[in-house]
Amino acid sequence: MIRVQNITKRFGNYPALHGIDLEIQPGEFIALLGPSGSGKTTLLRIIAGLEFQDEGHVYFDGQDVSDIPVGKRNVGFVFQQYALFRHMTVADNIAFGLSVRKARLRPAKAEIKERAQELLRVVQLEGLGDRYPGQLSGGQRQRVALARALAIEPSLLLLDEPFGALDAKVRKDLRRWLRDLHKQMGLTSIFVTHDQEEALELADRVVVMDHGRIDQIGTPEQVYMEPATAFVSHFVGETNRLPDGRHIRPHDIEIVTAASGRGEGQLLVDNVFRKGGAWRVEGRLHGSETIVEIDVDAHEPPPGIGQTVAIAARRARTFALAEEA
Amino acid sequence: MRRHAPGTESRTAQVLLIGLALTFLAFFLMLPLVAVFSEALKQGVRPFLDAVTNPDAFSAIRLTLIIAAISVPLNMVFGLAASWAITKFSFPGKNLLLTLIDLPFSVSPVVSGLIFVLLFGAQGLLGPWLSAHGVKIIFAVPGIILATVFITFPFVARELIPLMMEQGKDDEEAALSLGANGWQTFWHVTLPNIRWGLLYGVLLCNARAMGEFGAVSVVSGHIRGETNTMPLHVEILYNEYDFVGAFAVASLLAALALVTLVLKSVLEWRFDLHSGASH
Amino acid sequence: MPSMTTRKASWRAPSVLPGFGLTFGFSLAWLSLIVLIPLSTLFLKSAGMGWHAFVDVGFSSRALTAYRLSFGTAIAAAFVNAVFGLLVAWVLVRYEFPGKRVVSALVDLPFALPTAVAGIALTALYAPSGWVGQYLDPLGIKVAFTPIGITVALIFIGLPFVVRSVEPVLADLGKDVEEAAATLGANRAQTFARVIFPAILPALFTGFALAFARGVGEYGSVIFISGNMPGRTEIAPLLIVTQLEQYNYDGATAIAMVMMLVSFAVLFTLNALQSIRRRRLGA
Repeated sequence: MIRVQNITKRFGNYPALHGIDLEIQPGEFIALLGPSGSGKTTLLRIIAGLEFQDEGHVYFDGQDVSDIPVGKRNVGFVFQQYALFRHMTVADNIAFGLSVRKARLRPAKAEIKERAQELLRVVQLEGLGDRYPGQLSGGQRQRVALARALAIEPSLLLLDEPFGALDAKVRKDLRRWLRDLHKQMGLTSIFVTHDQEEALELADRVVVMDHGRIDQIGTPEQVYMEPATAFVSHFVGETNRLPDGRHIRPHDIEIVTAASGRGEGQLLVDNVFRKGGAWRVEGRLHGSETIVEIDVDAHEPPPGIGQTVAIAARRARTFALAEEA
Repeated sequence: MRRHAPGTESRTAQVLLIGLALTFLAFFLMLPLVAVFSEALKQGVRPFLDAVTNPDAFSAIRLTLIIAAISVPLNMVFGLAASWAITKFSFPGKNLLLTLIDLPFSVSPVVSGLIFVLLFGAQGLLGPWLSAHGVKIIFAVPGIILATVFITFPFVARELIPLMMEQGKDDEEAALSLGANGWQTFWHVTLPNIRWGLLYGVLLCNARAMGEFGAVSVVSGHIRGETNTMPLHVEILYNEYDFVGAFAVASLLAALALVTLVLKSVLEWRFDLHSGASH
Repeated sequence: MPSMTTRKASWRAPSVLPGFGLTFGFSLAWLSLIVLIPLSTLFLKSAGMGWHAFVDVGFSSRALTAYRLSFGTAIAAAFVNAVFGLLVAWVLVRYEFPGKRVVSALVDLPFALPTAVAGIALTALYAPSGWVGQYLDPLGIKVAFTPIGITVALIFIGLPFVVRSVEPVLADLGKDVEEAAATLGANRAQTFARVIFPAILPALFTGFALAFARGVGEYGSVIFISGNMPGRTEIAPLLIVTQLEQYNYDGATAIAMVMMLVSFAVLFTLNALQSIRRRRLGA
């Protein structure tokens, strides 16, 4: 179990992290989600031992690791830009962590080779062991980076925006693949991302961070359906902010007929286009310049541009002033 | 609680390495520089001033300046032309051209002088023709200029080519689409873009033009008052055991080197240029 | 303008920008006039000498001694520069300290300082009465007028080549690779030996080769401190000058050719090795 207690980190005068508290159960897949500057990568690196906190402690299974150097914390770290050793073959990259162990702990050469091959199989890069990183695609390189981190049999896997540098299609494939791998291996994992879709898809729990603080910790469902703050509401999924202070998701607003009498406001439709499986209707609220976005079921005819329609809210949230972004 | 960020050395190790590096530099680089000025002023200011203001010194200084004033602009024009041709167009043999431009760098200064002697010297290829027409190149100023132009040939081009490659053709194509002709484009669009790189290249070219010794020594004939540049003058004084004189003139050249270094640093830092001095 | 591009489009890619004919033509002309034609006289003359004459002078015992001296001291100096140049580059790229900018500018001093000035300064320092020589001489270490002195001069000359070759590669290396090694359990020494050093080795090698090539042909900074004793401290470039002074053009040419061919061979091998490596690692 990983416990982060009251972590604070400053870079000069800039407070990167404030009073961060977090507990991670064994085998969990945790996402640290937030925009740039939220402190998520800093937190990850502090857990790894690549940065040191100014205040607070990090515990691995009850033991304070704050003074233990990164190489001894037994964590596997996957870097955003892969950080592969370009002058070594793929197999040598993977074997590196084993080959630098002290003589007593180092397995025999043959065994190291065997393990590297096994990991190549696990990451589905069999046969590429003798290639060099420069000869591989981005997705392949990332898998090598993962294999290299797994080779040392870490108790914790840390991933820093692992798919950030890849094409959308490759990203999707790797996401699915990583999820399967985690199911297979059950290794406690923390990964950092600014992509909320990714976090919702992969994580058991999501930690939403903003400006160095944790805004909410919860399952993807909780974070989406019950955002604790306005920031979370807007960062995770889309949200309309109405002039009366309510926050409503596009699919929680419906277009109603004038006759039903449920209309709460008028929307002057500016634009209608397909978005995924629905119609996205954009318009301005009558009586204000607020732009509102609505998702309409694809099987119904959408309103025309220039039309004014009545709208009503199905579910809305209000946040206390202190929680407004 | 000894924590130091991974990916770097402990503070002690850092201090040690810095110290070692600085000691090496102080010993091998700074010491000679200091020695030049120290020896120049060894016997006081008077002898120093005498050494740099006597007629021979004056003509050496004048010749050095003339050589620079001729070779640097010539190579600057070449550098501009070559960079334009190489970076704005595609044609086969670009690599070959680049290698050829770099050729003077891989030739020993003495050999650089030798080839002109072989071409224009009394027993050289064109020797008889030249003496028949009363034209003196070797052992005269034209020879020195030629050798200097050869030696400083690559400097401006080498600086401009990577710079212009990085900048691409977009600006020039935009200018053309707006109706500018070639010269206008070059003058109003390209030149402002490359002016600091150009200045940098000219600076290096000039430093080398004024300081060249080996090649010039071979072609000049060391005729006092006529074909002695400042570096040659230094050599002559030194060989005559006039140490103060030699170091005095040398200190002028060293001062020039320092000015070059300062300007070079300013250009590098302010305008984010990379030193093009090494490959 | 349009006609120019269609005419030339046969051998080069067509282009919109004008001025190719002018700039290319001028460049080629200037290049030929200043570089190619003069250099070719060297080859012409060598060819015209006949093989025996060439070997007689080009490989005479005096010449061989001079080559041994020039190449030997150049290699020794290049090695010293490889070690300390790497150190200086490391310190400049990795660390912050007061006066760093000045130090960085200072590294280029050998590029900017006229060789003759360096030559007399070094001689003044290492002569038995000099600032350094006065301490070394009683210890029996003679620097001036010996091959050691030549090596010292070449160390001065070659340092910037190594530093400037290594610096950009070191800067590009990126901390994350070293952090990765640390997460995998490597200590600092292992990280340097197995991750950092192999990555900068090509650049170090380039710097070494450039320093070597420069050292072999160096004249001005060496002739003062060497003492120029034939058979002992006579460097190859000086031998060329001596031959010229005696109007022995053939001799001078032969020796110059040998030196040039060796330099070219070194640089060519270097380029070949680099491109093999690049291809293998997949850029």
